[in-house]
Amino acid sequence: MARFINQHSRNDSNSSASIWMAASGEQKKKSKGDGGDSSETESEGGQKMAKKGEELKEDMDSLMEEIDSVLEENAEEFVKNYVQRGGQ
Amino acid sequence: MQKRIYGVETEYGIIFTPEGRKTLPVEKAIRFLFEKLITTEHFLNVFLENGARFYQDTGCHPEYATPECASPKQLIIHDKAGERILEDLQLYAEAKIREEGIPGKLSIFKNNTDFVGNSYGCHENYLVDRDVDFYYLAEQLIPFLVTRQIYTGAGKVFQTQDGVHYCVSQRAQHIYQKISGTTTNDRSIINTRDEPHADREKYRRLHVIVGDSNMSEYTNFIKVGTCSVVLQMIEDNYINKDFTLRNPVKAIKDITYDVTCKRKLRLDSGREYSPIEMQREYCEMAQKYIEQYPVSDEHKLAVKMWQYVLDCLDTDPNKLDRKIDWIIKRRLIESYIDRHGTSWSDPKVFMMDLQYHDIQRDRGLYYLLERNGAVDRLFTDEEVDQAKTEPPQDTRARMRGEFIKLAREHSIQYDLDWSNIRLGNLLNVRVICNNPFETNTEKVAELVRTIQKTNLRKTSLSKLVIQS
Repeated sequence: MARFINQHSRNDSNSSASIWMAASGEQKKKSKGDGGDSSETESEGGQKMAKKGEELKEDMDSLMEEIDSVLEENAEEFVKNYVQRGGQ
Repeated sequence: MQKRIYGVETEYGIIFTPEGRKTLPVEKAIRFLFEKLITTEHFLNVFLENGARFYQDTGCHPEYATPECASPKQLIIHDKAGERILEDLQLYAEAKIREEGIPGKLSIFKNNTDFVGNSYGCHENYLVDRDVDFYYLAEQLIPFLVTRQIYTGAGKVFQTQDGVHYCVSQRAQHIYQKISGTTTNDRSIINTRDEPHADREKYRRLHVIVGDSNMSEYTNFIKVGTCSVVLQMIEDNYINKDFTLRNPVKAIKDITYDVTCKRKLRLDSGREYSPIEMQREYCEMAQKYIEQYPVSDEHKLAVKMWQYVLDCLDTDPNKLDRKIDWIIKRRLIESYIDRHGTSWSDPKVFMMDLQYHDIQRDRGLYYLLERNGAVDRLFTDEEVDQAKTEPPQDTRARMRGEFIKLAREHSIQYDLDWSNIRLGNLLNVRVICNNPFETNTEKVAELVRTIQKTNLRKTSLSKLVIQS
């Protein structure tokens, strides 16, 4: 129990970066800006940032592919047919 | 009450989609789910080894009621275990239906609405002191329950005449009363059902039917954790402010359509609060309360998360895209729309809204995110797996679970409800346990010893126990 409490006490720090950043372009912009166009002026931090940005983008691409592969093909029909009797 | 019993009942949506011409009505499909469960109890209504109850409820919904739990963490793990149990049964049923010559897909969703506006619920149960006046309790709790959807909502894509909207909650649109005794029409925020399954002199049951079913462990934990802290404050007469809303039923609907969570609500006193502001008032009281009163570490954690979540909702809700169901789902759909250059009215969007809740992990979009590390978890797979067969060790469920295991081992006839065990050929031996905190009554222990010692066959058992 103590482990559970400690592990989750710091809300924001224990979670990894949001995968969606790459999709919304937030990360892309950051990496370009920080990295700059010329390789000579690229700082280590900038490189790291760009790498991180690329990784996130790759993660995002594969995530989207996976979604496409599992998402019900006959979406329109499926959703229309999804009628339940009222429950409680 | 520092020690409390918690329970959640989750109704699942179910549909069979045939691959060919031959189909199977849902009332037949659902029976295949129960086939795998070996029991001497009634078909379509059984207690499981982990102390939980699984049954077919009103409207042909499979329903899983967790065993009695002693903390929010235990409760959410058991709620998840229910999903996993149902997933196993779904796999079995789908294969079985195929064997019967009807190939197709059996889908089970942990959500609260269908396509045409029917709803099925997720009911939270809290054991409370009988001493507390119920209407005082309800009045204090309602403003909290109306506004908490901003961090407990599961999100919904909703079509109206003026386009497609994204709402915070699945359930909010189906609430028509503040307090009522019914659950299938005129649904209310709080239901008056008072079956404590315990000593009625001491306890009553608080039956909250306004909540959404949650996929996210974080959302689910904060939902139950914050509610029980608020309950404890009410029981201790700690809340000294009047948040009575002028029209709570209208407010609950207004909030669900306001994804900013900042539109003002009118109070009886004439003051106005946004849902975030209202929640902040409760949260600030809770922060002071936990400094002054004995409160469990889990509840302290819930209060901490509560504050964090409210801060994020105020400044940048997308920070919660790993934690809070309605925001996780919205981010997922927005990214999909962005990537495919489509719009909110795309049928795929409605499908994603539904498939997020598919409990089959190979198909469900929530689980796809979980697999990819895109959502925060609070518990491990091991903890959830264990809860599929192990009852909570500090409530009455432990006795029930042990009894079921032994009774099955020795092929003994039995029938159960929450506070009774009946057994023997004529089910004429009855053990009553009215205390949900009891973990081992002498009666059951004796019964178990007798079963273990004698390894009796069905025929002679009932007689023996009666004589002893």
